[in-house]
Amino acid sequence: MLSLHGVGKTYATGLRALDGVALAVAPGEIVAVVGGSGCGKSTLLRLVSGLDRPTDGEVVLDGTAITAPHERIGIVFQEPRLLPWLTVAGNVGFGLADRSRAERAERVAQALDRVGLADKAGVWPRELSGGQAQRVAIARALVTRPEVLLLDEPFSALDAFTRIDLQDHLLDLWADFKPTLLVVTHDVDEAIVLADRVTVMRPHPGRIYETIETDLPRPRDRQSAAYDFAKRRVLAALDRSLDRKAVTDDGRTMSEAGAALWW
Amino acid sequence: MSLLPVTISVDTAVAAERAPRRLARLALPALALVLPVSLAILWELLVDLGVSDGRLVPPPSTILATLSELAATGELSRHAGATVLRVAAGFGLGVAAGTLLGALTGYYALLRRLVDPTLQALRAIPSIAWIPLFILWLGIFETSKVALIAVGVFFPVYLGVMGAIASVDRKIVEVGRVFRLSGPAMVRRILLPAVLPAYVVALRSGLGLGWMFVVAAEFMGASEGLGYLLVDGQQLGKPAQIVAAILAFAVLGKLTDTLIHLLAAPFLRWEDAFGAKR
Repeated sequence: MLSLHGVGKTYATGLRALDGVALAVAPGEIVAVVGGSGCGKSTLLRLVSGLDRPTDGEVVLDGTAITAPHERIGIVFQEPRLLPWLTVAGNVGFGLADRSRAERAERVAQALDRVGLADKAGVWPRELSGGQAQRVAIARALVTRPEVLLLDEPFSALDAFTRIDLQDHLLDLWADFKPTLLVVTHDVDEAIVLADRVTVMRPHPGRIYETIETDLPRPRDRQSAAYDFAKRRVLAALDRSLDRKAVTDDGRTMSEAGAALWW
Repeated sequence: MSLLPVTISVDTAVAAERAPRRLARLALPALALVLPVSLAILWELLVDLGVSDGRLVPPPSTILATLSELAATGELSRHAGATVLRVAAGFGLGVAAGTLLGALTGYYALLRRLVDPTLQALRAIPSIAWIPLFILWLGIFETSKVALIAVGVFFPVYLGVMGAIASVDRKIVEVGRVFRLSGPAMVRRILLPAVLPAYVVALRSGLGLGWMFVVAAEFMGASEGLGYLLVDGQQLGKPAQIVAAILAFAVLGKLTDTLIHLLAAPFLRWEDAFGAKR
């Protein structure tokens, strides 16, 4: 169980990025965090990853307070952040340095196979496309079998087709050993496709505004009415979170203009 | 010039359509030789024809004769060897000090604030200005020469390493943090590979300065070395010997630079830069 208790973050500049964030994520659950820019969603992820420390409250994973990067928490950044001097296999195996050579080779091969890049093991990162590079980054994060995988707008730099492809692929990988996923995104579709729960944040300072259960069967049909309904609810919450002109009570009449402008 | 494909007749033009690429690969670098070789031949002819006596500006044939004579008597290898040893010692010391201090100041911001201003002030001193002091401190023999070369090598290496370490992409460092690398592991697995391209450049410019300073060092009094050949040639009025020594410097400088380049190449194959070889 990953839980955040009253987590707040004030930067050295005095900027209050997060305030009183409370969130509990069950093992194996997929939670998406959406919100306008500057709402602190990336900050939130950095706190959970242990790269930054909260100024108030704490992040707890199974009873352990997270104050530094933890071996059971993996992260995929917005950019692949592959090490250019290592081959694809070297990058995937980066977190396995303490394992035996044979075990490392086996797990790397397995992970690369799983992301469909077995034939790319020996190439340099510069030779990969954006989507391939991000798949390598996902393989690198998953190869250590983390209990929690954090994803910070992982597909935002990719084209629409590759993005949809990788979203499905991620769910596929998730099904292997069901880690907890915490996905920060500004793509509402991505949130609905992936998440069991969508947490909407509001800015200045960043805090949780509303949480929406998507309550959709998997695999999800991007064309279904239920999908559309969930999306409208999230968009409506986003609009309200930014104090945009509120929509009608149930959110069904979300205007297209609002949908396009919320971020 | 026979090296140049000057004529391609019209009827072979079609067949030659693919040839130009191969020709270009061989001939274009050869273009660089046109000017110096022409000048050398021209000068040789002018001296041959008696237009100039070539006493102060010796023709290529005289220079070659001097070089082969120096080589035959073993003088050339003795002087070149002495110079190479000095450069090697000074380069080694300068690189070691520059790498260590550059890495420390690049890594620790506090140390940078503490040490870097002083080093930058020292860097502003023309290094030749140290010669009198070094002679007083270290004597007129090898130590002061090596020290001068080391000073020359130190600064470009120090600057290069410090700049490279300080500007390693934070995002890449965070990857190391996520995988909980210890300090030494972070240096070995992230920082060192990340700064390697810049380090090689720093080493090469350091080496260039090393060759520059060995001449200054040998000017201040040496009984052997290529710099000694220069001074000796000046004092005894042997311009051919001076030019021969200059040529030896050129060859050695280029060779050692290429050596660094070749040694580093296997570690830099990953580079994805505009200038990197594919």
